Amino acid sequence: MDNALETRMDAGLESRSIRTDASGRFIRGFGYIVIGLFALFSLLPFLLVLGTSFTAESAIRQYGFNLIPRVFSTFAYEIVFENPQRIVGSFILTIGLVVVGTAIGLFIIAMTGYALQRPDFAYRNKISFFIYFTTLFSGGLVPFYLLITQYLQLKDNYMAVLLPGLLSPFLIIMMKSFVRSIPHAITESAKIDGAGDFTIFVRLILPMTTPALATIGLFLAISYWNEWYHSMLFLSADMEYRPLQYFLYQTITTADFIRNSAAASNVPLRDVPLESMKMATAVVATLPVIFFYPFVQRYFIKGITIGAVKG
Amino acid sequence: MLARLRSNRTLLIMCLPAIAFFVVFAYLPMPGAYMAFIQFNYSDGIFGSKFVGLDNFRFLVLTGDLWRLTFNTIAYNIAFILFGNVMQILVAVLMNELRLKWFRKVSQTLMFLPYFISVVLIGLIAYNILSYDFGLLNSVLRSLDIEPVKTYSDPTIWPFIIVLTFLWQSTGYGSIIYFAAIMGLDSEVVEASEIDGANAFQRIYYIILPWLKPTFIILLLFSLGGILKGNFGLIYNLVGANNSALYPTTDIIETFVFRALMTNFNFSQGSAVGLYQSVFGFGIVMLANWLVRKISPENSLF
Repeated sequence: MDNALETRMDAGLESRSIRTDASGRFIRGFGYIVIGLFALFSLLPFLLVLGTSFTAESAIRQYGFNLIPRVFSTFAYEIVFENPQRIVGSFILTIGLVVVGTAIGLFIIAMTGYALQRPDFAYRNKISFFIYFTTLFSGGLVPFYLLITQYLQLKDNYMAVLLPGLLSPFLIIMMKSFVRSIPHAITESAKIDGAGDFTIFVRLILPMTTPALATIGLFLAISYWNEWYHSMLFLSADMEYRPLQYFLYQTITTADFIRNSAAASNVPLRDVPLESMKMATAVVATLPVIFFYPFVQRYFIKGITIGAVKG
Repeated sequence: MLARLRSNRTLLIMCLPAIAFFVVFAYLPMPGAYMAFIQFNYSDGIFGSKFVGLDNFRFLVLTGDLWRLTFNTIAYNIAFILFGNVMQILVAVLMNELRLKWFRKVSQTLMFLPYFISVVLIGLIAYNILSYDFGLLNSVLRSLDIEPVKTYSDPTIWPFIIVLTFLWQSTGYGSIIYFAAIMGLDSEVVEASEIDGANAFQRIYYIILPWLKPTFIILLLFSLGGILKGNFGLIYNLVGANNSALYPTTDIIETFVFRALMTNFNFSQGSAVGLYQSVFGFGIVMLANWLVRKISPENSLF
């Protein structure tokens, strides 16, 4: 998206003088109702999870899940954090994956995107197609699984989660679209001054593409934070530390973690706040995203509008 | 040739990490599709196992699995594409009518939110609402003296649940593309229509919707290209790993392959379904791209 369009989207339509006749007022009123309801229903489920996490288990068993706790209790959180090493360890592991994966992935994506956008690069079309072809045809999940577990021997290795998420054709194409807006003359004049291609990329291009890097970096970061699929495929359930969403998945589906924490904190099994602990774990695993999200939202908007059509 | 290589050397080296990545994670598994034609067992390895030709495919056709998986995958995708685009256009068009800037900002932020949380949490949210014992839905029904719904064992309601959840998750995000397209509309056109006396309905019907048509067609064709690719994360987390009561209406290609791999250890059948998906998917993308090239050449992929 170019800057002018962005400004217009930001400024909204105040500039547009639309007369308010009856039909205009009707549509506008309808719009406020529909959009308002949609926004409300986007938020409510989160409040339901939050409310349930603070509800006493007895109240859940009697009245079911509720937005507002009938009987307020922080018991679920107390047990989750009574033996914090597992969830804190998973937290640190996930942050580590986000930071390392985003840094490496972003650097490779930016470098590749720049090289493939250089008009004087003889192999750009061949390499672009080589990358793009992987979205058209794949060997399927089973051979991929055997590759990781049998040939690369990465079962129960965090590399099996980190490596496959580093790059995607979609993000490389998005980077190419961003780079396209930088005039090639900048590269050419730097070459005349004797700069090498890699130097041009690091010294000139990277600083000029910070909005692109922010957008692509955020896409990478959110995908590492939300990663559960490769974890489920390649990490055993009994590993001490697991990426947070996979940890949450197992807390929800097997309740192993809940039973273990209850045992560790000497709570009899029948008193375990099974349901509210699921919700409390979900709150802990999601809060960071919700906290950062309003600050970074606009970068995603930029990415969607650029990546959308050539996706 | 060598001179060309030398002058491009640095740029080529810059592409090497990405090339290595795709060689290892995308191209190396491709020959593994051969597993679809063998009776795989671990001790003999891929090339020692017995070659059985099309037997794996024949089995999938005879059991009816292949037809059911194909039907479910395509039906869900059609519903996602159709209802998804209608909702996205509706939201974008209405958003465009709103005057209060803060209202637009806040509601946009809220509608965006579901796209950025993990599907695992979406599964949990659905459980919050649908659980037979504690779910919000059944609490409401019980309080109205209506018989509660046995949600997790009744396959007929799941298409609605899955499509609604998809719309909840992706409408806000998807509407951005249409909203950006509306912003690209020349405001003079809109003003001219007002001078000519067009009311709000006419403005939307005769100017904004036709303006969105090319965007819609392109997005439609692109999503048609992926019509055999199922939304594994969403469906798997909503339905659960082994809820076989719901398979008739919820089992898609991806969930079947995943089960073949992780629970049944039937690698050959998993590969066969995977290869079928890849080959037909490839054909459909080619067709979709051919259509894009006819309609709007500058948007075609290759």
